[in-house]
Amino acid sequence: MAMLLGKKVGMTQVYDESGKLLPVTVIQAGPCVVMQVKTADTDGYNAVQLGFDDVKASRRKNPQVGHAQKADTAPKRFVKEMRLPEETETEYKVGDSITVSVFVDSKLVDVVGTGKGKGFAGVMKRHGFGGFPASHGTERKHRAPGSISSFASDAGHGGKPKKGKRMAGHMGNCRITTKNHRLVAIDEEKNLLVVKGAVPGPPGGYCLVRSAKKV
Amino acid sequence: MAKKEKTATASKTDLLDAVENKSLKKEIPHFEIGDTVDVRCSIKEGDKERVQVFTGTVISRKGRGINENFTVRRIVDNEGVERIFPLHSPNVLDIRPVRSGKKRRAKLYYLRDRTGKAVRLAHRHSTHTVSK
Repeated sequence: MAMLLGKKVGMTQVYDESGKLLPVTVIQAGPCVVMQVKTADTDGYNAVQLGFDDVKASRRKNPQVGHAQKADTAPKRFVKEMRLPEETETEYKVGDSITVSVFVDSKLVDVVGTGKGKGFAGVMKRHGFGGFPASHGTERKHRAPGSISSFASDAGHGGKPKKGKRMAGHMGNCRITTKNHRLVAIDEEKNLLVVKGAVPGPPGGYCLVRSAKKV
Repeated sequence: MAKKEKTATASKTDLLDAVENKSLKKEIPHFEIGDTVDVRCSIKEGDKERVQVFTGTVISRKGRGINENFTVRRIVDNEGVERIFPLHSPNVLDIRPVRSGKKRRAKLYYLRDRTGKAVRLAHRHSTHTVSK
């Protein structure tokens, strides 16, 4: 399984070989540095810790600076682990650099990012409720959730709304995975991945790209 | 205070342009608003592919980069027909300016309100059009 950390650059369009215009997202992925190699013997599981985007050593606390020095690099802004299958011997070494070339054989990728925050959102935006009519006598409750419970229909809940009842609240700014993006192009010179469709997060936001889990 | 030095990383637009530029055509024939053009475009019908020529007046050209497109208007059976072509689409094979027209506007939308002989633009002698 291939995985890289990156930054969303933005969206644009490209023509594919059949002359169709595709909406694509450009991701600047890697080069990622292997900060640490975890093995079943020492840590209980096999994994590789990847780091992306240098930050000045004076901006980070000493433990993080020291951790990065073991891999002979600067401290990183974005650090994530890539789990490896249990039985295999890992070919990664601390200090290795991983570039977009790991995706050369991949056709589909998953992208994980932090979605844009929407703040405190009502039920129509947050859960897709229908709302109420705009006219015909509706007053002051055009976007209201409606009844949230009654004693009779929610018997057994002690006259309280059911757990998990969909209501207004904070929306967005959480981890989102979008699956099976077609990998349209790879630019090894500029470390760019071009994937079809939209990817979670704002331009400039960090994201994680991995080869698709379920095809 | 010393100016903060910018890092040498490429800007967002540079990177997007790098991706976009691969889809752009290298050479685009010169044509202007008001020109009568022959647009050759390939059309797929099932497995077959054929070339269709659409001739008309360019009444608008807008957008930039990969989004650039132009509108060609012609009159077929007393009915105005407009087609909007993406300039960089691989299906638009060739654009050949045939005749230049006099115009004083960037967009010739006023031609939509005209019928008959009034839709003609006065001929303008120009080097880029091919004389017939």
